[in-house]
Amino acid sequence: MEFVNLQGIRLDGRRPKELRQLCAEIGVVSKADGSAAFEMGNTRVIAAVFGPRAVQNRSQKIANRALVRCEYSMAKFSTGDRVRRPKGDRRSMEISLVIRQTMEACIMTQLMPNSQIDICLQVLQADGGTRSACINAATLALADAGIPMCDIVVSCSAGYLNTTPLLDLNYIEDSGGGPDVTVGILAKMNKVTLLQMDNKLPFDTFEKVMQLAIDGCEAISKYIREVLLENTKQLEYRRGL
Amino acid sequence: MGNVSRMTVNERKFIETAILNDLRIDGRRPFNYRPLTIKLGREDGSSEVHLGQTHVMAYVTAQLSQPYRDRPNEGSFSVFSEFSPMADPLFEIGRPGESAIELGRVIDRGLRESKAIDAVRLDIHILDNGGNLIDAANIAALSALSTFRRPECTVSEDDGQEVTIHPPETREPLPLIIHHLPVAITFAFFNEGNILVIDPSNHEEIVSGGRMTVSINTNSEICAIQKAGGEGVMSGVVMQCMRIASMKAADITKEIKNSVEIFDNERTLRKIKRHSEVATLEIDVPDSSMNETSQLHHITGLKNHTDLIPKSEPNTISQVFIGQASNWDPYSMKTSSHLSKHFVASPSTLSPSHVNRVVETISLPKLEKNQTENTTMDNDGVISMAVETSSVTKTKNMLTLKDAVDKKRKMKKKMKNVK
Repeated sequence: MEFVNLQGIRLDGRRPKELRQLCAEIGVVSKADGSAAFEMGNTRVIAAVFGPRAVQNRSQKIANRALVRCEYSMAKFSTGDRVRRPKGDRRSMEISLVIRQTMEACIMTQLMPNSQIDICLQVLQADGGTRSACINAATLALADAGIPMCDIVVSCSAGYLNTTPLLDLNYIEDSGGGPDVTVGILAKMNKVTLLQMDNKLPFDTFEKVMQLAIDGCEAISKYIREVLLENTKQLEYRRGL
Repeated sequence: MGNVSRMTVNERKFIETAILNDLRIDGRRPFNYRPLTIKLGREDGSSEVHLGQTHVMAYVTAQLSQPYRDRPNEGSFSVFSEFSPMADPLFEIGRPGESAIELGRVIDRGLRESKAIDAVRLDIHILDNGGNLIDAANIAALSALSTFRRPECTVSEDDGQEVTIHPPETREPLPLIIHHLPVAITFAFFNEGNILVIDPSNHEEIVSGGRMTVSINTNSEICAIQKAGGEGVMSGVVMQCMRIASMKAADITKEIKNSVEIFDNERTLRKIKRHSEVATLEIDVPDSSMNETSQLHHITGLKNHTDLIPKSEPNTISQVFIGQASNWDPYSMKTSSHLSKHFVASPSTLSPSHVNRVVETISLPKLEKNQTENTTMDNDGVISMAVETSSVTKTKNMLTLKDAVDKKRKMKKKMKNVK
């Protein structure tokens, strides 16, 4: 299957190094302490953050830092076929674990001992790159909840098909059999927190693909920063500042 | 693993400071692996790996099943991991915890693209958690898959629907087609991602800020990477990890291939003997570490049973006797001692560091219980068996077929209980 045609155009009309259209909204869930909706092309995700609050399960309380819990779930209507996914299925649990550890790297848990922060992620539409969209949404939601973070975490995926590194794969490209590299970075510090890859890639190609994903992350971080600034201006305006 | 920190502040500080000075608490250098032992098991497709204190077992089974509609030529491959509380008090029985699932999926990702198969199921059991479970489990999985043989099946021509599975005696079971061996190498990061060590032990894992696992094969292709959050590292450090990993992968792949080769050689050796010698049976003597009297009883008893009655049982040893009963002569002393001598020689060709398993062929119809008791306590299973055979030949004339038959029933029951 031709994922990149001779003129260098992909299946959805993008260029190989082009991100999908990003759209973020803060404050979508009224009950949550912080929430955000993030869209990357056709992938739509909602993140809701509850916390910091008292630990529900006393046995899991940690004396010197906050407990971070994360739950990732895909809605039944999120994929092409309406599939009923069991609650604790392996893929969801792994992604929950991965996102939790990624966010733990940026949340300053030391400042909130004996408390709990819950991050709930719900995928409304899945078109490839759900992991990345969830991390970006979680970052925005945490910022909305006012939880202290040392840096913002952004994530993007990249792949390699038809001998071209491609940025931000959609579902068709993802299931095309080529490798899929998902990278999560701490934007200002330029450090890699999340790195996952499946399928095979030779060494040098991997370096190129990873660098492309990091560049994509930087572009997303710029966008997220703009969104946060805009949101803060709105808050100031509403408070009459 | 898990949120609970089981270490005292002093221990943490000690480990961290030591690592800052390029020292690890077990005396290794930062890029040294712990000693690795691969035991290729008693049956095809099972392996046991010791990586320092970490002890992992892997077992491969295959089943005929319907392929996916859109991929009719491929089978499916599933990985199941069992974390028992025996390995680590933090693991709970029942539903797998997050780390168990992560382990399963990382191994699955690494291995998924490396073969063409047929509903293969890989079970990984963690017996002892000494740190770095992913690497150990991966090595165990690779060894098990390399030695696994699946029974050949043919589709009947008339309607193309019926598939017959040929038992191993009639047709040689086929190995899995493995394109390459992806080896997992795990790094742990300390001091905000500035210091890395390879193959973290249990204590180092708890103290570490983050971990990264790279699956790489000898063709310098990266098969999978898993860095699930944790401390951030610069991308240059990531590339450095890859380079170190590719060097280490070559060593580990060589070790796995050596063990598998030795196992294969023994296997072919066994097969040759199986067809040439009438009253021959292959038995896997348990490793010297598990050398108990009762175990040997079961095995000898079992051997007797299959010797006399050529029928296959699913939970017994793979070889089954077919149609040789007429030639069977329990009182021929010459052949038995000759064979036992032959196989005394063979283990000396094994390198003890790689494979501890001993293959022994015993061609006797019956061994008395007393005899086995005297000789089990030796470390070298072969020599004990050889002694056994020679001592039994003297008493053989007193035994009759009926004794064998009666003992066989008891042994069979015991064997079933053990399994």
